[in-house]
Amino acid sequence: MKTAQEHWLYVISSKKKLIDFNFKEIWRYRDLLFLFVKRDIITLYKQTVLGPLWYLIQPLFTSLIFTLIFNNLADIPTGNGVPNFLFNLAGITSWNYFKDCLIGTSDTFKKNENIFGKVYFPRVIMPMSVVVSNLLKFGIQIGVFIGFYIYFIWFSSKSYSVSPNFNLAFLPLLIIVMALLGLGLGMIISSMTTKYRDLIFLVQFGVQLLMYGSAVMYPMSYFEEKLPNYYWLIEWNPIAIIVEAFRTMVFGTDDLDSFKLIYAGIISCIIFLTGLVIFNKTEKSFIDTI
Amino acid sequence: MESDIILKVEDVGKQYRLGLVGTGTISHDLNRWWNKIRGKEDPYLKVGETNVRSEKSSSEYVWAIKNITFEVKRGEVLGIIGKNGAGKSTLLKILSRVTSPTTGEIKTRGRIASLLEVGTGFHPEMTGRENIFLNGAILGMTKAEINAKIDEIIDFSGCLRYVDTPVKRYSSGMRVRLAFAVAAFLEPDILVVDEVLAVGDAEFQKKAIGKMQDISSSDGRTVLFVSHDMAAIQNLCSRSIVLKNGSINFIGYTSDAITNYLTTEDGNKLQLHDRKGSGIVKIVSIEIFSEHSKTNILTGQFANFTFKLNNNSGVTRRDIRFDFRIDDEKGQRIAWLSDFVVSESLKPDAVVNSITFRVNRFPLNKGTYHITTYLTVRGTVSDWIQNACSFSVTDGDFYGTGKTPPLNQGKTLLDYDII
Repeated sequence: MKTAQEHWLYVISSKKKLIDFNFKEIWRYRDLLFLFVKRDIITLYKQTVLGPLWYLIQPLFTSLIFTLIFNNLADIPTGNGVPNFLFNLAGITSWNYFKDCLIGTSDTFKKNENIFGKVYFPRVIMPMSVVVSNLLKFGIQIGVFIGFYIYFIWFSSKSYSVSPNFNLAFLPLLIIVMALLGLGLGMIISSMTTKYRDLIFLVQFGVQLLMYGSAVMYPMSYFEEKLPNYYWLIEWNPIAIIVEAFRTMVFGTDDLDSFKLIYAGIISCIIFLTGLVIFNKTEKSFIDTI
Repeated sequence: MESDIILKVEDVGKQYRLGLVGTGTISHDLNRWWNKIRGKEDPYLKVGETNVRSEKSSSEYVWAIKNITFEVKRGEVLGIIGKNGAGKSTLLKILSRVTSPTTGEIKTRGRIASLLEVGTGFHPEMTGRENIFLNGAILGMTKAEINAKIDEIIDFSGCLRYVDTPVKRYSSGMRVRLAFAVAAFLEPDILVVDEVLAVGDAEFQKKAIGKMQDISSSDGRTVLFVSHDMAAIQNLCSRSIVLKNGSINFIGYTSDAITNYLTTEDGNKLQLHDRKGSGIVKIVSIEIFSEHSKTNILTGQFANFTFKLNNNSGVTRRDIRFDFRIDDEKGQRIAWLSDFVVSESLKPDAVVNSITFRVNRFPLNKGTYHITTYLTVRGTVSDWIQNACSFSVTDGDFYGTGKTPPLNQGKTLLDYDII
């Protein structure tokens, strides 16, 4: 006999609500999130000689090469008295965080097939932990960036006209937008690759290509000046806007294009929410198709 | 009472697609989607066959489990038994929310945690202690809960010396110990256990079974236990479900369930890959009859081996010599049973159509065995079938003490006393 007071803790069924987030549950698993972050951090560089130094080597050398190729060889101006090296380092640091979030989350289902196939926990914990542990890496790289920043402004023989300004207060917000965008795209890709593996190959070189379209090694204004016909390709690219905004904030050379920034924020939120919905839908039965 | 029921499974089914996911995937997806936006039912839900592993399928879809309905009371230990591919693991996967059912729903009043495979999420580079925390959190514990129990967990695992060593240096047995220890101190309302006891040494198995009994009796928690080990099922569970080809074949008291499980196995089919002889007298079928079932023999219980013969030419008993041999699963000869060595009640001039051998207290340890038959008529081979059929032996408490010699110590059980 079914009574009205029938109370169940939860019901497992085939019905899929479009938007079905159990925030209470995610909150209950918050310790797991931090343990995953801890795992990622302490296991990444186990049995390496240089250890966390790898966090620094990669952006530094990339910036060095970029400066050599794009500025010295190809003569791309970095505009308004910003040191070339610092310009590239800023671009790469911010781009790297987005890229790491995207790539790190884009194979969530595939990589964790083993765990996901055995136990249940809110799957979204996994990509979230990737974003958080990348934040730490990003923090270290920002630290390096600050080091070079100080060197170039106060100790370099040339005088540069860069200085941090009030806009820097928006930096945390920018980082959140970046994380949302990377996480959202990563979750979408991750969900889709459970059934169709083609996307894995796309991500590999797609991200590479996207870097060239994201104003990492050139200012957007220079692109507009040189290739006005193709400017639309990057003008509304949210990640290009974010990278450009990051540089504007730290160098204080231009005014922040707040309209474009709000646009990028909204796009990121939409992508994130879409990703969350798709991810949630996939997590219920991906184990049968992967 | 309604509130006593902690878990309610209602008409749960799970459909899988056979073969490779590849060609046709997109077209089926599109077809599904097209039916969905027109508000129609998924066209592929109607098709699908029941899950009979050995038969060739004609449909691309198969129901791994179908129409599963049962209820579990608080504090009950429910056994789930069935052959390979009967749907046990699928059911457990749905219960532990790893995958969702295609139809039906499961309602629960408590948290379900599964031990589908212990040690999930162990990271080889991290130490035992770090892994306890990670594994515990994956299984749904909070950090504070683990902190409160960490000493007990380490103690239970018996790995204190190695707890600060990376898990990659552990032996596989130690890994299992550590993993089971974490899971054992997990405090879910419903614990799902799938064959974890197959690993680990005897001492640890005893510990693990004891812990599971504790969990249900003293803490009042519910356990769903899946195993092929009838002795363990009998020991732990009060009620059991028998799954067959994806649906419930029996639900009730464990002893009845085991009887049901053992008798619902397919009868002994003659396997005639390797048959020689003139064929004057041929074996038509082999029937193995014991206390419980047709294919299963319990140690210490009687077992009848009946060989039905096709004897159209009316050969009499005196002209027939018959024996059969029992080999273990490795092909090692265990016994030779022959009319040559025992006396019998059959008259020498009777025309025989069947011969029955009766073993009063079956003395072989649990396992699978194969029968080879050898029949001669007037000194020439008439029917000689290598590995004609196989049968399994289950623990039937030969010594009446509830204990069995370890399998690696011998296949044969001798009847003896210590005086």
